[in-house]
Amino acid sequence: MVPNEDNRPVAYVTPLADIESADDGYVIRAEMPGVGKGELEITVDNGELMILGHRKPTDFTAELIYREIRPHDFRRVYELDPSIDTTKISAKIDDGVLTVTLPKAETVKPRKISVQ
Amino acid sequence: MNIVRYLRYPQSDLSAALDRITSMRAEMDRMYDPTFGSSFRSPASLSGWNPAVNVYQDKDRFIVVAELPGLKKEEIEISLHDDTLALSGERKREGSSEQGLLTERYYGKYQRSVALPTAVDPDKVTATYKDGLLQVVLPKAEEAKPKQIEVALK
Repeated sequence: MVPNEDNRPVAYVTPLADIESADDGYVIRAEMPGVGKGELEITVDNGELMILGHRKPTDFTAELIYREIRPHDFRRVYELDPSIDTTKISAKIDDGVLTVTLPKAETVKPRKISVQ
Repeated sequence: MNIVRYLRYPQSDLSAALDRITSMRAEMDRMYDPTFGSSFRSPASLSGWNPAVNVYQDKDRFIVVAELPGLKKEEIEISLHDDTLALSGERKREGSSEQGLLTERYYGKYQRSVALPTAVDPDKVTATYKDGLLQVVLPKAEEAKPKQIEVALK
């Protein structure tokens, strides 16, 4: 739980996410249904990546009679591998799935050394 | 007893643990609630996954909202049979599973059905899909709508 300005805890939903690793970096795919580009906040600070997706209110007014979907915003924090070039992180969201691409810095990528 | 959706919270901090207890309680409350408990729960196959849904109503219609992130419109099948709405399809994995460091998302076939409390008009059902949320609007059948009855006072 993360306290807000009033120092009260705020509840969040932890999005389900997959992480892929390749030689040139990592890819995170996180499920945030109902979140569009405008409702996203992504920050990198102090070696941590924070993803936050705000849910939009429904575009209709009706009584909720059965609930499984929790109403809270999505939030998750990842500690970044030091090999990641934080200046080259990019993100997109399609159909409620956030994709964050985290490339490794050029200096740490594996390379082949040719023998003279 | 029906098989219920398995709720998985990967983060093991305090808030997630509390959430899990809350959701287990809600699940138990639903199981013992004779009005909604079994009517909304559908038997699901052991393989596959079941998307979460919310159900809303006003005097004219029901609105079912389902969380289906990462699908294309063509990957969502919607049907209505005896006032039970059924959603099904299959989610394919993006990227390759060989590079997966961590897999929490569900892939493969999904299905979900929602038994509606009253009759709906099958010809007037509409659905929209945006940002991974499916919204199905089911107008109530004329005979199921609440009616105002005039009582004359003598």
